[in-house]
Amino acid sequence: MSKVPYEVYTEEVEALSVLSPEGEIVNEKMMPKLTDDQLKEIMYRMVFTRTWDDRAVNLGRQGRLGFYAPVSGQEATMVGSEFALQKEDFVCPGYRDIPQLVWHGLPLYQAFLYSRGHQHGGQIPEGVNVLMPQIIIGAQILHAMGIAMGFKLKKQKQVAIAYTGDGGSSEGDFYEGLNYAGVFKLPVIFFVQNNGYAITTPFSKQTAALSIAHKAVAAGIRGIKIDGMDVFAVISAVQEAAERARNGEGATLIEAVTYRFRPHSLSDDASKYRTKEEETQWSEKDPISRFAKYLEKKGLWTEEDTARVREEAKAKVNDEIKKAEKVEKMTISGLIDSMFETTPKYLEEQKADFL
Amino acid sequence: MAQMNMKEAIRDAMRVELERDPNVLIFGEDVGNVGGVFRVTEGLQKEFGEDRVMDTPLAESAIGGMAVGLGIQGFRPIAEIQFIGFIFEALDQMLIQAARMRYRSGGRYTSPIVFRTPFGGGVKAAELHTDSLEGLIAQTPGIKVVVPSNPYDAKGLLIASIRDNDPVFFMEHLNLYHAFRAEVPEGEYTVELGKANIVREGSDVTIISYGMTVHTATKAADELEKSGIKAEIIDLRTLNPLDIDTIVNSIKKTNRAIVVQEAQKSAGIAAEVIAQINERAILHLEAPVLRVAGPDTVYPFAQIEESWLPTPARIITAVNKVMEF
Ligand SMILES: Cc1ncc(C[n+]2csc(CCOP(=O)(O)OP(=O)(O)O)c2C)c(N)n1
Repeated sequence: MSKVPYEVYTEEVEALSVLSPEGEIVNEKMMPKLTDDQLKEIMYRMVFTRTWDDRAVNLGRQGRLGFYAPVSGQEATMVGSEFALQKEDFVCPGYRDIPQLVWHGLPLYQAFLYSRGHQHGGQIPEGVNVLMPQIIIGAQILHAMGIAMGFKLKKQKQVAIAYTGDGGSSEGDFYEGLNYAGVFKLPVIFFVQNNGYAITTPFSKQTAALSIAHKAVAAGIRGIKIDGMDVFAVISAVQEAAERARNGEGATLIEAVTYRFRPHSLSDDASKYRTKEEETQWSEKDPISRFAKYLEKKGLWTEEDTARVREEAKAKVNDEIKKAEKVEKMTISGLIDSMFETTPKYLEEQKADFL
Repeated sequence: MAQMNMKEAIRDAMRVELERDPNVLIFGEDVGNVGGVFRVTEGLQKEFGEDRVMDTPLAESAIGGMAVGLGIQGFRPIAEIQFIGFIFEALDQMLIQAARMRYRSGGRYTSPIVFRTPFGGGVKAAELHTDSLEGLIAQTPGIKVVVPSNPYDAKGLLIASIRDNDPVFFMEHLNLYHAFRAEVPEGEYTVELGKANIVREGSDVTIISYGMTVHTATKAADELEKSGIKAEIIDLRTLNPLDIDTIVNSIKKTNRAIVVQEAQKSAGIAAEVIAQINERAILHLEAPVLRVAGPDTVYPFAQIEESWLPTPARIITAVNKVMEF
């Protein structure tokens, strides 16, 4: 029996929550089964991610990172959804989805190198099933669909997940991906982090649909809308979608309603398009404090734990950025040689211009 | 006359045209409320309303296709594609639908559209934000390609583009938005499309450039002058149609030329310019025409773009080569 209610909705739907902002379980039916160690691990990752985001914003301001899209506020969607997957599953991220990559196995220093525009940042280690972050909004949705087709053809019980935002759900690629996944019954999860804005454009200008989850209907796949500030709702929805995918029951579209506490990127000023009141209202739903309340009541977490993880994370980020900075700078001739398996003569000649 | 940077000049061109012609519309991602990621359209929605300056959902093919439909309806859309790398999502609409409309409908419909987009390297932007894709567009029949290098031209060329009855791809170099201010006349004026500009007169060698490379070439020419070489610099301003007459006339005087572009070397604008020089002026040449361009690699965002992009030093080397040939 499905823990998650799926229906064809013709009316506005509430985002499903499991954990209230006060840290109470309000939806036993959807509660994922997790051991105490797993609960602590999830919290560890969320606090770690928040700390790393704080640091990354500073590193960006110091010019030690390149393009960086802040993630604070989205720890439940990012950490929770990855946690619900298996190592063999394939993660196809947008530019903001670096935490999923790192928790799925990409070394942090490589994420930093990617941000700095060093090609080694994208050299994903063997056995880590992730793509590099996608800049073209929506492209990764089609890649995940194709990877899922591969799993299906090879009869492997693996799942691909594509991440995008509410803005991404407007791209043509999104609809084409969903439609294919429906037609071919592919083991893929489309995970939309609806944080309310695409750069400056509010959700109300992105779509007139009652929800993004509704868009699953037309593609003939499952759609669900969940509370993206609630890590249990995220884990539950992804676990179930993954299980269905592995059983050959096809694709799921998950809309997780969340918020980014910071601006879109380091060069964006969020005060131009949203209000302080709105930001405060959302900070009251902070996924980390909500989860902490739950864990504290169970005696699994204390403020000291948070402080300890923050220190650990800071030290780790420090080490990894230093490691990234030590990687030798790319060269134009190395770049030229990375264009083809065998560098053609005309490119060999071009190296001479860069000595 | 007002002092404006290129961003302000572009905004002013749009304001002038929004005011003059009720059929002019602006739309794209984030262009309304806050005026786009570079604030180029800042204030225009406030001034002209949400029906004239519209935020669209995030979907470039729809931005391009809506422009085509509005063009058929007699509007003059200015459609912003947020960054150059995202035009690929819209290329069917830009290159197949808009650029062929006049031909396919036997002139019944046209595409009086301006597709505006920022591009250009050297600003440490993210991947796919800076590539020079002008060659790709310029090869398509039916669409004009414009690349201004300064505020005065930017305003005049943009007004001319908005008034043009065919689609124009208007490329704004990121490094030039705030680079410097210059005198820009108030109100309307146009700079004719398809006309190059001689920005510096010289007698020894012609340097053909456009956009940011005009400024790189100027730096090189200052250096070259010290060693007694007088370079003439041509700013193409429009890549399609190409003002080959200005180029040929200059070569008749200097007998030597190089072409500078930020785009990758092969099969691009520089190659086209040289082919046309060969067709029309080969007997006036004392040396082969050389290209200074990016190498034929993926554009290496951030990490080594400084050495990848044309530098004054590489221009000087190329000039010395043609001088000594
Ligand atoms: C095809 C394409 N068009 C435009 C952009 C520029 N851009 C970068 S992020 C962004 C907004 C994305 O919003 P959303 O999908 O909601 O994701 P969020 O940033 O909120 O996580 C835009 C328009 C892009 N990267 N790719």
